[in-house]
This record gives sequence, C-alpha cells and structure tokens, in this order.
Amino acid sequence: MGLLSKKDAALIKDPLADNNPITIQVLGICSALAITAELEAAIVMSISVLFVLGIGNVVISLMRNIIPGKIRIIVQLIVVAALVIIVDQVLKAFAYELSKTLSVFVGLIITNCIIMGRFEAFALANGPWRSFLDGIGNSLGYGVILIIVAFFRELLGAGTLLGFKVLGDPIEKTGAYALGYENNGFMLLAPMALIVVGIIIWIQRSRNKALIEDN
Amino acid sequence: MSNRTDSNIYTILFAIAMVIVVGGLLAFTASALRPKIDNNERLEKQQNILYAMGVNANDESSAIFVSTDEAPELFAKYITKQLVIQGDDISENTEAYLIDVKKEQTSAKAGNERKLPLFIGNKDGKTFYIAPIRGKGLWDAIWAYVAMDENMVVQGAYFDHKGETAGLGANIKQRYFMDDFIGENLMNNGSFKGIAVAKGNNDPKNTDKNDNEVDAIAGATITGDGVSAMLKSELRQYVSYFENLKNN
Repeated sequence: MGLLSKKDAALIKDPLADNNPITIQVLGICSALAITAELEAAIVMSISVLFVLGIGNVVISLMRNIIPGKIRIIVQLIVVAALVIIVDQVLKAFAYELSKTLSVFVGLIITNCIIMGRFEAFALANGPWRSFLDGIGNSLGYGVILIIVAFFRELLGAGTLLGFKVLGDPIEKTGAYALGYENNGFMLLAPMALIVVGIIIWIQRSRNKALIEDN
Repeated sequence: MSNRTDSNIYTILFAIAMVIVVGGLLAFTASALRPKIDNNERLEKQQNILYAMGVNANDESSAIFVSTDEAPELFAKYITKQLVIQGDDISENTEAYLIDVKKEQTSAKAGNERKLPLFIGNKDGKTFYIAPIRGKGLWDAIWAYVAMDENMVVQGAYFDHKGETAGLGANIKQRYFMDDFIGENLMNNGSFKGIAVAKGNNDPKNTDKNDNEVDAIAGATITGDGVSAMLKSELRQYVSYFENLKNN
C-alpha cells in the first residue's frame, strides 16, 4: 500500500485508461478539437484544467450538502466561472505575460463540459479528498489525449513540435522536405482532430473489448 | 438530497446569498487589482510600440519585448513625439499612446471626428511613424502597431489578438508572419493600396516587397482577411498626414 488506498488510486488511474474523459465519457471534446493544432497550447490547456478541476471539485464537494438541487447546475457554473475569473485577474496583476498566454483559454475552461461533467457526476456525491483525486485523475486523462492529438496534428500539419522545425524547413526545402515530403494542411483544421480522436477511440476499444457497448 | 435544500424558499435564499458573495468577491478582486493591471497594460503598450520600431530583445526566431523595467525609459528615449490627428488638427500629447483605439472607432461611427494617435520614433538617425490599429479576426478583436517610414513603407509591425485559434490564427503574432511585413509598401503607384494577406501569391519567401502582399498562414484564412481589412481601412486614414509631410 502506498500513499493512496486502492480505491483512491483508482480515481487517478481509471481516467487515464478505461474511463478516459474524452474517449470513453466523451467529455471535453470541444476543447480537444479547438486547441490541439499545436502541442504547446494543448499542454497549457491541460495544466489549466488540472488546476481548475482539482480546486473546483473540492469546492463543489464542500458545498454538496447545501447546494439546492433545483439550481445546482447554475451554482456549479458560477463557482467555476468565479474561480477562473479570479485566477485570471490575479495573473493579470502579478504575472502579466503568463496571463496573456492563458487568456485565450479562460472562456474555453469555463464552458468545458469536462468540468461540469465531473462536478455533476462525482463531486456532488463524494467527499473533498476523493473529489480532488477524481479531478486530478480526469484532467490527467484529458491532458493525455489532448497532447497525443496535438502531437500528431502539429507534427503532420506544420512539421514542427513545440515550435521546433523537426522535419526541416518547408520553405527552404531542407530535411524531409528536400525528399519531396509535404505538410498536410488539413491536419491543422478541426475535422482532423475529430478523426484523430476517433482513431484513438478505435484503438482503445479494439484492445479492450469490454468497452464496446452492446446495441 | 434532504427536503431542506429542496424547498423554494431555501433555493431563493441560497441564490441571493450566492450572488452577493460571488459578486462581492469579484468586485473586490477587480477593484483591488485594477491599478496594477492598468499599469501592466500601459507598459505593454509601450513595449508594443517599441517592438514595432525595432527596439526589442528578439532572438533568432521568437518575438521578445524589452523588459517591463526598461520600457518606460526606452519609450522616453526613442519616442520623440506623440501626435493626435483629428481631421486637419494635429496636436502633441504625451499620453497619446493611452488613447483607446476601440473607443475612437465607436465614436467615429457615431459621426464624431476620430482621434488618430501617431507616434514618431527615432532610432539610429532613422525616423519611424508608428500607428496603432484595430480590427476583427475570426473570434474576437485583433490589433497591431505598424511602424512606417515617411513613404508609408512598413518598417516593422507587431500584431496581437484576443482570442484567435491557437496554432492557426494566433500565429499572426509569430515572427515569421510579422517579419514578412518589413519592407512592404502600403502604397502602389502613388495611391494607397494596403497590404493583403494572400493565399497562393507564389512568393512564400516574400522577396517581392512591392506586390502589396504577404504570404498567408495555412488554416487561418479569416484571421488573415481580418488583418488585410484592418491594415487597409485603418492605415488609409493616415495617408493625408503622410502626404502633407511630403508637401511641407
């Protein structure tokens, strides 16, 4: 037994594999399409979601016994929006450069269904510590898929990774481009993100048949 | 859920309390941090203007501003004059760089004469005319600081955006895009033409500086069109200033 009990450890591990938020729960698809054209954005988004979902889950969990059932979705939305806006304001005042990088993601995080999905499905029914672990686990699972998708989109679409020209210069025709390789511009557009996510879902379900739903 | 939290009274009271608490918290954060944020924004404007006229800390491939500590000092050193052009009326104003271009655009739409800020910089004996401009991208606002010489040939540009798609439209603030504008002529045979962000102009290395075109970013057509439209409609308004400059 390590730091976490078996049940708690599963909260972190399951979302990374057989209960992945994107490929199994189908949450957070919109941002998986929107910001996976480059690796850096995907990493920044993953870290931001990690913070917001970790803290948000704890806050909602602490409030779970006093939130009125009839307006719980609105309450959740307000909590996450307030959290994100306060963090954004603090960053703007004390880490302006960082806040400019993140400001694009603020709107995406507030409306990210993975956040609301986990509040609704987990934090409302579980204690703060388990909710925290669930938040961390799910955002890691989300981040892994985002980074895999962004890796292929940036590499095949722009020939770069994190901005580095790993395949040579397409204009000067060096590296792979000297051999006649061309970037696939279609990879940079949203439809290809959907197709890449689809391929990941396909691979995952063909390796673990238990994930295939009966019709 | 217990019955207690299901009653209408409880729901309404909870909603009211929540609004007061969250609203108060947000208002408090916003007003407590406002002076610091304003100062950051002011420094950023100085950095952007300096960047456009080539006072920056660029390395080989990325765009890097001068540090915020140095910005006010360098701004005072390199920016020799700040003008506000309003119709035929040209006045100097040391706080012209704080003029809100968006507000001016709105007030111009309402029929008022628009205040056009123009910053005159001098670096190594060369004069730069830097104009702040603003337009629309795909999702939200885009803006730029364009440094020109007296013939309206671009000497440097800094583009920024509020919410363009990362990896696509957001790349207008990348060096490879901004640097393409350097040396491009906004004029064509004596009349104003602007610079178009063009797909398939067969000049990806941007060697032809008189074609009024730069190479577009793949997958960012609408942002690119926004940049073209912004340059055209905004910089056109400065043409008469440059014409007067030549005649005097």
